[in-house]
Amino acid sequence: MSQFLKDYVKVKKHNFRVGVKKARISKSCYLFLAPYAIIFTMFFVMPVVISIFFSFTYYNILEAPRFVGLQNYISLFLEDDIFLISIKNTFMIAILTGPLGYIGSFLFAWLINELPRWVRSVAVVVFYAPSIAGNCYVIFSVFFRGDAYGHVNAFLMNAGIIDTPILFFTNPQYMLPICMVVILWMSLGAGFLSFVAGLQGVDKSQYEAGYMDGIKNRWQELWFITLPNMKPMLMFGAVMSITQAFGVCDVTMALCGYPSTDYAARTIVTHLFDYGFSRFEMGYACSIATILFLIMILCNKAIQSFLSRVGT
Amino acid sequence: MSNMTNNTTENNNLDFENSDMMNENFQDSYDADGNDLYAAEEQLEELSPIVESSSAPQEPLIQKAEKKKKKGKDDEEETYHKPIIKRRKPNRSIAGDIFLYIFLLLVAIVMFFPIIYAVESALKPLDELYKFPPRIFAQNPTMDNFSDLFVTLSKSWVSFSRYLFNTVFITFVGTAGHLFIASMAAFVLAKYEFPGGKTFFKIVTVAMMFTGYVTGIPNYIIMSKLGMIDTYWAIIIPAFASPMGLFLMKQFMEGLPTSLIEAAKIDGATEWCVFSRIVMPNVKPAWLTLIIFSVQGLWNNKASTLIYSEEMKTLPYAMQQIQAGGIARTGEAAAVLVVLMVVPIAIFIFSESQILETMASSGLKD
Repeated sequence: MSQFLKDYVKVKKHNFRVGVKKARISKSCYLFLAPYAIIFTMFFVMPVVISIFFSFTYYNILEAPRFVGLQNYISLFLEDDIFLISIKNTFMIAILTGPLGYIGSFLFAWLINELPRWVRSVAVVVFYAPSIAGNCYVIFSVFFRGDAYGHVNAFLMNAGIIDTPILFFTNPQYMLPICMVVILWMSLGAGFLSFVAGLQGVDKSQYEAGYMDGIKNRWQELWFITLPNMKPMLMFGAVMSITQAFGVCDVTMALCGYPSTDYAARTIVTHLFDYGFSRFEMGYACSIATILFLIMILCNKAIQSFLSRVGT
Repeated sequence: MSNMTNNTTENNNLDFENSDMMNENFQDSYDADGNDLYAAEEQLEELSPIVESSSAPQEPLIQKAEKKKKKGKDDEEETYHKPIIKRRKPNRSIAGDIFLYIFLLLVAIVMFFPIIYAVESALKPLDELYKFPPRIFAQNPTMDNFSDLFVTLSKSWVSFSRYLFNTVFITFVGTAGHLFIASMAAFVLAKYEFPGGKTFFKIVTVAMMFTGYVTGIPNYIIMSKLGMIDTYWAIIIPAFASPMGLFLMKQFMEGLPTSLIEAAKIDGATEWCVFSRIVMPNVKPAWLTLIIFSVQGLWNNKASTLIYSEEMKTLPYAMQQIQAGGIARTGEAAAVLVVLMVVPIAIFIFSESQILETMASSGLKD
């Protein structure tokens, strides 16, 4: 045993020495990396660490942080009813729009890929435009306006289905569904682009080979040839759509207001904003941020391990 | 090749057609060897005196192709013709294709409708905005909303041009710095092996998995410690290190042949020289991708939590104030949406093919 340990230490030491030597040779590499690494560490890594640290304290910016242990988490889950509503809303949005948006992105990218070249480039613009159109989603508030001048209300009233206009963004019954529609509309984002590009990169001779080997229709082709080839892009798309699905707040805040009626459209991020930038309870807000962070990372890992089995 | 004799429009058309075909060949290996022959045919076309083309230079491509076919027969020369209607791909039923086209058309209409609707609302005069029953298309389209927007903003305490300058400055500096810094890091991560490089890249990919909201509050604390609150840098500097840009750039740079860099090294180029003269010009498609993602983030940045002074606020923030103006401002609010969405969409349209080229290497391998 001691022999083994000695060897182990020896190997480790050797590796370390080799590492140091390599690092010394590649000094210029570190120089190139340095600007990015410094900024990245400062604004992406440190915040996560700080956030986890503050989540165990009571901190309101004015006073020095006071250590309170797990108190923040306990009150989040046991005392804060609104947080539970926000978790429920976020998960409802994420579970419905995440997978649907993801599958939709792939489906449309795959269908677009069948089109002739110039039609395809027009189609990509049309499908991708909503997600880069800034806050164009605000237009839905005109479309679903709560008075009779809104298109949906006018249509329903003309058709005789309702007598009085529905207050779409004030009635808790309608808020979430409409937000989900809007989020779905915007969900063909970076993942979609990645799929479109990836599909064009699939080696065409594989399709011919598949045809020779007796693949009968486009669905078989999709499962046996396209999907295995697309796995890296599928991973990338999944990361994008999960991040988007759990980070919903812009749409709900713009359409349903902040705060929304009965907190019916409150998401985790909205709750975070409320405590962080309105009440300045930074410790509490940081514990919300930490929970959101854990949810996102865990979901990503789970989906990745699931996706690695697709199409084989 | 002297193209002097041809009339220019025809010439352009030919070039366009040819490049189009070449691309098609690149994608469809079925007609892999049509390319050279086609070029030969093009030469033939150029040599022969062109009468019919000068008379009607704007013919559709299909007719022209047919004419070429006839000419080919007359000359009794064996030329390969790319079939006008491409051979159908195997494993595709016609019914399925028709269904597909109809389905895609419907979805495309649904997807694009809100954008059209936003533009239409911006063009409607106020009385049409509140008409019952409401119409989707404006009957008397006016530019009043846009001019009103300008008037409203020019009368405000901080002038419109200042808001515009703030946004343009933030977007421009942030994007340029991001492009530069992220490419430098991506270059060494993609092309060299050094201790810590792989680990660093893994951390960056993990950083793509959570939204910026998670880090919002600690970021605020860090920035206030650094004294960056209420300056442009509070927005610009974090944008430099956006993980997505580094990721895409690194994946794209991995596709560059290493021999290119080695050759430059043998010729005595320094590390910096290799980066600025060999690598960067070769990854131009990736530039545009980084630019579009960065612009998309910065152009719409409201910066409401990090910048307090009114004269430093961005355009989207000013726009939000107008949108909050209530019923009388409905038309202007729609005009705001149009103004804000035009820039990213225009950039995307102009750089689409390059962006797709980059995204082809965007896969996430584990």
